Amino acid sequence: MDEASPKISVEYFDNATVVFLSEENILRERDITAIESSVMPLIEKTDGVNLIINFRNVKFLTSSALGLLIRISKKAYENNGKMLLCTISPKIYQIFEITRLDKVFSIYDTQAQALESVE
Amino acid sequence: MVSKSIEIKSQSSEMEKVCREILGEAVSSGFSEDDVFAIHLALEEAFINAVKHGNKDDLNKKISIDYIISDDKFEITVSDEGEGFHPDVVPDPRSDENICKSSGRGLLLIRSYMDKVEYSEKGNAILMVKNKTKGNL
Repeated sequence: MDEASPKISVEYFDNATVVFLSEENILRERDITAIESSVMPLIEKTDGVNLIINFRNVKFLTSSALGLLIRISKKAYENNGKMLLCTISPKIYQIFEITRLDKVFSIYDTQAQALESVE
Repeated sequence: MVSKSIEIKSQSSEMEKVCREILGEAVSSGFSEDDVFAIHLALEEAFINAVKHGNKDDLNKKISIDYIISDDKFEITVSDEGEGFHPDVVPDPRSDENICKSSGRGLLLIRSYMDKVEYSEKGNAILMVKNKTKGNL
């Protein structure tokens, strides 16, 4: 994997910022660090950002990625915003269910539904 | 049957090649996509625990991976050079007081995805077994 490859892409909507995770696998410390350093400024620089993380490309993740989501969610909340997740594959969703994080995070089947929830 | 022992440096970059090799052998041996997903997740989590909690990020230490792939199951042991731990004292990451912590979910995932999990007496080696799902030969 090329360490210089983009780990995320970003799309801006009126009421939300959507982050697409570019990698299929989110497991190595360097991946986590790269995503964290790209995402955190999006919620730190502006107050009250609704951050939607789109998992449509993600096929595999580890508990380190779950820890990253916890940190992003806390940071968004501290800055009067919130984090939402969408388009999570059934296999990945099972990891959220096992860890009970499906009860903690706001998870939507589609990006449209996530966007609708913050209108 | 496949039986191998590998020793690698205790750092994340060492794991990629080993992981590809092991998972490739699991696929070749007829394990289903779901089985390989489970083995991959357990292996990654065990490795992360060995690097961080076992070897305390000491790059001079090693991690041993021993695995046996037979007709009906995949057995893998990940050992580190650390002091070991007692699995019963690891807090439940699903409890209300821990649910928002950013770490501590690795063992839960290993136990959830593998069919059998055992620890060495010292607590620095974890044996994980995945039974082959029937009907995916």
